[in-house]
Formats: sequence, C-alpha cells, structure tokens
Amino acid sequence: MNLRGVGVSPGIGHGPAYVLAVSVPEPPEGATYTGEADQEKERATAALRQVAGELEARGNQAGGEAEEILKAQALMAEDPGLVVKVRSLIDRGLAAPRAVFEAFTKYRDVLAGSGGYLGERAADLDDIRDRVIALLYGQAMPGLPTAPAEPYVLVARDLAPADTALLSREQVAAFVTEEGGPTSHTAILARAIGVPAVVACPGATGIPHGVRVMADGTSGDVRVEPAESDVADAVSAATARQAALASARGPGRTADGHLVPLLANVGGPAELDAAVAAGAEGIGLYRTEFLFLGRAEPPSEEEQARAYRAAMEAFPGAKVIVRTLDGGADKPLTFLPAPAEPNPALGERGLRRFRRFPGVMDAQLEALAAVGSEDLLAMAPMVATAEEAGWFARACRAKGLPVAGVMIEIPSAALRAEDVLASVDFVSIGTNDLAQYALAADRQLSAVSALQDPWQPAVLDLVAMTASAAARAGKPCGICGESAADPAMACVLVGLGASTLSMGAAALAPVRAALDAHTLAQCRLAADAARSRTTATEARAAARAQLPGLGRLGL
Amino acid sequence: MGERKVTVAAEVGLHARPAATFVQRAMKAPMDITVAKAYGSKPPVNAKSILGILALDVRQGETVVIRAEGEGAEEVLDELAEIAGTP
Repeated sequence: MNLRGVGVSPGIGHGPAYVLAVSVPEPPEGATYTGEADQEKERATAALRQVAGELEARGNQAGGEAEEILKAQALMAEDPGLVVKVRSLIDRGLAAPRAVFEAFTKYRDVLAGSGGYLGERAADLDDIRDRVIALLYGQAMPGLPTAPAEPYVLVARDLAPADTALLSREQVAAFVTEEGGPTSHTAILARAIGVPAVVACPGATGIPHGVRVMADGTSGDVRVEPAESDVADAVSAATARQAALASARGPGRTADGHLVPLLANVGGPAELDAAVAAGAEGIGLYRTEFLFLGRAEPPSEEEQARAYRAAMEAFPGAKVIVRTLDGGADKPLTFLPAPAEPNPALGERGLRRFRRFPGVMDAQLEALAAVGSEDLLAMAPMVATAEEAGWFARACRAKGLPVAGVMIEIPSAALRAEDVLASVDFVSIGTNDLAQYALAADRQLSAVSALQDPWQPAVLDLVAMTASAAARAGKPCGICGESAADPAMACVLVGLGASTLSMGAAALAPVRAALDAHTLAQCRLAADAARSRTTATEARAAARAQLPGLGRLGL
Repeated sequence: MGERKVTVAAEVGLHARPAATFVQRAMKAPMDITVAKAYGSKPPVNAKSILGILALDVRQGETVVIRAEGEGAEEVLDELAEIAGTP
C-alpha cells in the first residue's frame, strides 16, 4: 500500500507504525442532566480548569516552541467567552459534556471559516474539547509508548501539541497525519526536533498497527511494508540529496559558469546572521518597515544610518539594496496618516505616499547617503510610470546617492520597462505583487490564490519583457519576489534574463544547487517551454521537463 | 475611558506568542478591557479572550484600539500597547 501526502519536514523515516486512535464520541444532542445547574456548571468549569492546568504543565516540561503552543492552548481552555457560553448552555438544560461540545463548536466554526493559520487553530480547539469531554466522561486519554524497542512511525488523524511535545528522535522515526498543513503544529514540531513528517495524507489511519512504514518527508510518499532494499535506496538517495545540496558552494552560477549572484531578502537586523550563514552574496531586498512600524515619529537619521551600516558590516564589499519605506493604508503609520481605503493594494502606498510626504523620503535618503558607501543602493517600491522613476532617481542624486533603482511590480512599469530604465540604474522585479496586479487577484484572498501564481504565463511574459529591456539598456535586472526561492522557477528566471536572485536565507542552498546543475542554455529552454504554455500548471511542468537536474537533487 | 492606538508590529500579527502574551497580561487586570481594529467593522472583543483576539485576525501593520477604564487602567493600557507594538 502506498499513500501520498504533503512532506513538511524533510528526510526518510522508517519503523513500525504506531497508530494513535483517539476517538471521543460526540455527546448526544439535547443530552440533559439531573441535579442542580450550579453543580453541573461547577463540574464543567472544573474540567476546563484541569485540562488548562495539564496543558500548561506539559508545556513547562517540554520547553521551547512546544511550551508556547501549549500555554496558548491552556489560555483557550479557560477562555472567558467560552466559559460563559458553556455555563449559559447548562442553564438552558444541556448536560456539561454537550454544553462543552456546542460551545467549542461555535468558536471552532469561526476559526475554521477563516482558513490558513486560523483554520489550523481549529484543530487545537478540537483537541482541547476532546480532552475536556473525555475528562467529564471519566475516560483516559491514550498515551504514547515512552521507551520503544525501536523508534516508531506515529500515525494519527491529527496530532495535538499535547501528544507530540514530549517526543524525541529516540522515540519517533517519522510523523504521518491525515490532516494538518505546513503550518500545523505537527509540521513545526517535527522540523524543530528534526524528524521527517508527512501531513494531509488521506487514508493514513487505515495503516495496520505494527506494520513497517517508510515516510519521505520531502516528497510526501508513505510506503506501507516497503521492501528492505527500497528502504535502503530511499535512505541513500536522501543522504545523497543532502550531500548534493551541501556540495554546491560559493557564488551562484550555472553549470557553464554564468554568474548569478544569490542575494538575501532581509526584514530586519535579526535576519542578517542567517543570511550570512547561508552564503548570501549581498542583500537584494532590505525591507525597512521594521524601522518605522509602531512609532509615533519617524526614526532619526542616526538611528536609520546605524541600521543600514549594520547591514553593510554583515556583508563587507557586497551590495546591499535598501527598499525605501513601503507603507500603505494596510500598514498605517501615525506620521504618514492614511485615510481608510476600500482597496489598499490599489491605493496610496509605496512611492505614492512619499510624493505626498516627501519629508519622510528625504530623511531616509539622507540616512542612506550618510553611510557614504557606494555599495548601499536605494530602491523605491510601487513605481507605475517612468515619470515616477525619474522623480525618485532625481531625489536620490540630489542627496548624493550615486545609484538609484526601482521595483517592477506594476504591469505598466514592466510594459514600459525601457522608459523606466532610462532614468534609473537598476530594476528588481517583485513577482508577488506583479502577479497580484497582472491577474487582478488580491494576495490576501485565498479564494483567488490559484491566479496568484508566478508560473502564470502572463507573469513570465512581463518578467521577460523587463529583463530584455534591462539587457538592452545594459543595466541589471534582479528578482526579489518569493518565486526566486523555488529552484525550478529560479532556473526559469535566469533563463528569462534575471541577473541576480534574492530570496529568504533558507532557499539559498537549494537554489544554488539547482543553478549549479543546469547550463544557461537549459535555463533558457526551460523559460521558453514555460512561456509556450497557456496555464500555470502546464508552464511549471514544461519547465521542469527541461531541467533534469532537479529530479537528481530531489528538488 | 482610556484608550491606546497601536500598530501591531510582530510578523505573525496578534496571533501565536504575541496574542498569548497580550491575553496573559490582560487577565491580570481587574477591569474590563476591549480590543478592536482601528479600521474595520468588527465589534470590539474582550482582551482577556484568546479566542476573541484570534478571531479578530489582526495582521502585522494593522492598527488596533485598546480601551479600559478604572483604577490602574492607564498603566495596563501602556503595557498592552507595548506588547502589541513589539516586533
């Protein structure tokens, strides 16, 4: 039997299956109690309090990330709104277990309806609810074997932090769950203790207890009773993949030596160390919002200059591209008052706000100039026209900054990249916003997330248009959107003519290895193949077909 | 009635650890405290309710209004505003 889920913590784990079957029955609808309402309410409150206490105690024992998660769950179990609801349902005649069930359901539905991070908190509520109901029924919650003869593959519908917090690699070889997503607790804790994990794996709880299971936390494959030779193959392939990823070192380049500097996206001083450790060759996008958010007044020139200097010191001799403040109605700042806008993404944000409040931009450019390094480059976000780009470039030069660039994230700027490039020294494409604006699909709305895909051929066309205009002008065209972090897309972007790629530090090693495994000609073929298709899914598949090295690397 | 307007600075918004820290502080205060988004139509929620705060779904960069009244309210509001404004 083979199952398929989503790999969320890489590596191969194998061992006997330990299937955790927790089933707390739903208390019957309309169940009532005999005796006093006050006693029933006290029974319910005591159970909620006891579960909160147990969660907190496990948190203290576990420490670290698990402690935070469990303490937040303890707060949920004693939430005042929830307690009031339980008590009022008991007043209306419901027995304590049913009242608990209905009160939790009310909150669960609110969270589940939001999807994403909040949707996954709904699973937390289910677990707390089951614990409270089990306690009210006098049931024991099943525990896990603590000292197994060999580490087991833990299989469950979903795992709660209370189950997993105290586990270690000595006990668990892998996690496999039917539910959960990449930000579920199972995923977070599995990565934290370095155990492979596969989530969203339908049919997992049908695996018989005790049979041998192998889980691939990269591909999401789960094999039941695999041949011993298959296990050996998978383990050696995973080891080879790790070695292959680690073996590509030094500056980013294609197999035939075409240099593509790999830079880091950095959101604040705390991320500098990780970027250096991952071998970034500079900073392609230094977001400066951290300096401005939550303050009554803009930071002083000295404070800003100190932050920019720290980035330069982390990357001596390398380029650091600082994006000027990108504020809008969705990120309001007290010193840049913003009226509420019906659609902040299309409103007065980025450079548009600076045109109304030039003082804040002047101060930021002065702080950059004060550092006095030619490697510190200013870049403006949210530029729609050549006229805006020219206005920003003139402002930079007036402050003595020799180099100015702009982001290309609005389709009009990509369509007229040649005009934009006439007045600036470089451009950098923000693929997330470019996709949002090209496909008219709000980044915040999960309902349109399928359109919000950088593999959409229209987005690839806009990137190609911008990169070739930059090549004609003899000026660099970087990429600083999330898409550069996808190894296959990174090769396509290079094929389209991107001169640098900037991404979160964690993506640097796989992208470096992917480029190292392909020639520039292969990257160009992949880019052409992708653009010849009509859907994002086909474009991705067509590109990957031209990039055989990805499969070898397990990417 | 005292009030603080603060822009939520943490990357995760008013969720996860920032939300828990916020609620833990609010629970220590004797008076009623509410939290609402500065821009939006959702009604204010109880600052001592982690589920209420999570359902408010405050993201990084959004501004919230915290309100409380009574003895010691100013001090509590200052501390809550600092927690919400911490990156």
